[in-house]
Amino acid sequence: MNTLLELKSVNYAYDHKIVLRDVNLKIRENDFLGIIGPNGGGKTTLLKIVVGLLKPMSGEIIARDGDNSRIGYLPQINQIDKKFPISVLDVVLSGLMSHKKLFGRYTLQNREKAEALMSRIGIEHLKNKNIGELSGGQLQRVFLCRAIVTDPHLLILDEPDTYVDQNFEGELYEILDQLNKQMAIIIVSHDVGTIFSHVKTIACVNKTLCYHDSNIISSEQLKAYNCPIDLITHGEVPHRVLKHHH
Amino acid sequence: MNAIFELFQYKFFLNAMGAALLASISCGIIGSYIVARRIVFISGGITHASFGGIGIAWFLGLNPILGAAVFGVFSALGIEWISKKTEVREDSVIGILWAFGMAVGIIFIYLTPGYAPNLMSFLFGNILTVGSLDLYLLTGLCAIIILVFSLLMRLILFVAFDEEYAKTQKVPMQFLNYFMISLVALTIVLNIRMVGIILVISFLTIPQTIANMFTQDFKKMIFGAIGFGFLGSFMGLLISYRINAPSGATIIFSFVILFVLAKIIQMSILAVKRSTRI
Repeated sequence: MNTLLELKSVNYAYDHKIVLRDVNLKIRENDFLGIIGPNGGGKTTLLKIVVGLLKPMSGEIIARDGDNSRIGYLPQINQIDKKFPISVLDVVLSGLMSHKKLFGRYTLQNREKAEALMSRIGIEHLKNKNIGELSGGQLQRVFLCRAIVTDPHLLILDEPDTYVDQNFEGELYEILDQLNKQMAIIIVSHDVGTIFSHVKTIACVNKTLCYHDSNIISSEQLKAYNCPIDLITHGEVPHRVLKHHH
Repeated sequence: MNAIFELFQYKFFLNAMGAALLASISCGIIGSYIVARRIVFISGGITHASFGGIGIAWFLGLNPILGAAVFGVFSALGIEWISKKTEVREDSVIGILWAFGMAVGIIFIYLTPGYAPNLMSFLFGNILTVGSLDLYLLTGLCAIIILVFSLLMRLILFVAFDEEYAKTQKVPMQFLNYFMISLVALTIVLNIRMVGIILVISFLTIPQTIANMFTQDFKKMIFGAIGFGFLGSFMGLLISYRINAPSGATIIFSFVILFVLAKIIQMSILAVKRSTRI
């Protein structure tokens, strides 16, 4: 399978505190990678390196497309100013900002594409609303549209299931399963139980990265990876996942 | 009423009305950007820092507005640059720059031999002393702002909304931010003559806040801010003429009256909506 993106012995530190050490990761076409790990373990930092927001101290990032222009990114929505005077349609269109000429206007095709996508995700009726009027789940859908309006080869989601209702979570994963036919996906989530039943592979990030080439993982392995996930050992759903382990 | 029409026969009043219109346009557009991006405090810092430029220019015998422009743009670029450094507490730095600019300005004005200029007119503004040069400069500034916003409004909005995302999209957001903050500085400096250093920030925020009560759309907010800005400055000019007080203060006073009126109208609209629903 074609490799989309490769990280080779990547290191990263904030000030003098090492956040990521010797991270190696290969993303292939149609991958669906779930990233788990404790808070402060470096999950978001890793994603920011992949999308090009942070430069690693050392190591290499090799992208098939030459740069990271074919990456769709859904950041954590608590970073967003919800009182900002911008409409839903404009947020989705902002995904295309590098796909038009600097002084050019958005074309009819751009708009039609954005609207078609919004109806597919089920937010067409919200297009003229201001983002301040939306619920958490609706907002996540808007940012998902922005991330995929460019038809990226790789979609990166940073905790898309926080601040949303259970209802949306189920729908989100349905949408992601669909999208996965066209693009590789990397998702960071706290909800270990849910992501295990959708992702194809798992990476545990806690300063170092441990790659697991299946979606089944045992608590012993997690311990060996030095990856203290509470949910695995306590929750109902994760236990069911563990039972499948052989 | 006749007294108002008589005013229009005076050149100084026509100049003042022209300045009010140009200030409403430049502050309406740039102020909407400032309010949306939440850089009101940064703008306050730039305003006061530019006073240093006024003082130095006065000392060197140059045009004080020119000095303020140079000083204002450089402090704006400095603040934008510092805000990118995560290890610096940005607001503290702005606070220091704010006071330092004022101090430099005052020192140089007092070092200048001979007649000390009327500090009051820089601090509180006097729209009635606006001359042809000020009007030309403001016209040029308005032309640049209108051109930039008609070509780049969406990009400006998107970068202000989510800088990080813009960075992932490889748009030249760094350059755009430096350019925009320079435009903010120039708008502030060229409007100091009208409303003064202490009050210019309200020209950049009150009309926008009023417009924002009735619309969430950035474009409509700009037009609303221009409209409320002009209405408020017209009212302020009349009051200023009437009671012989500095125009800056009377304009801001009118803005606040408009703000209160708008708040009452907004609340009654909401009340009507609620009662019709029941």
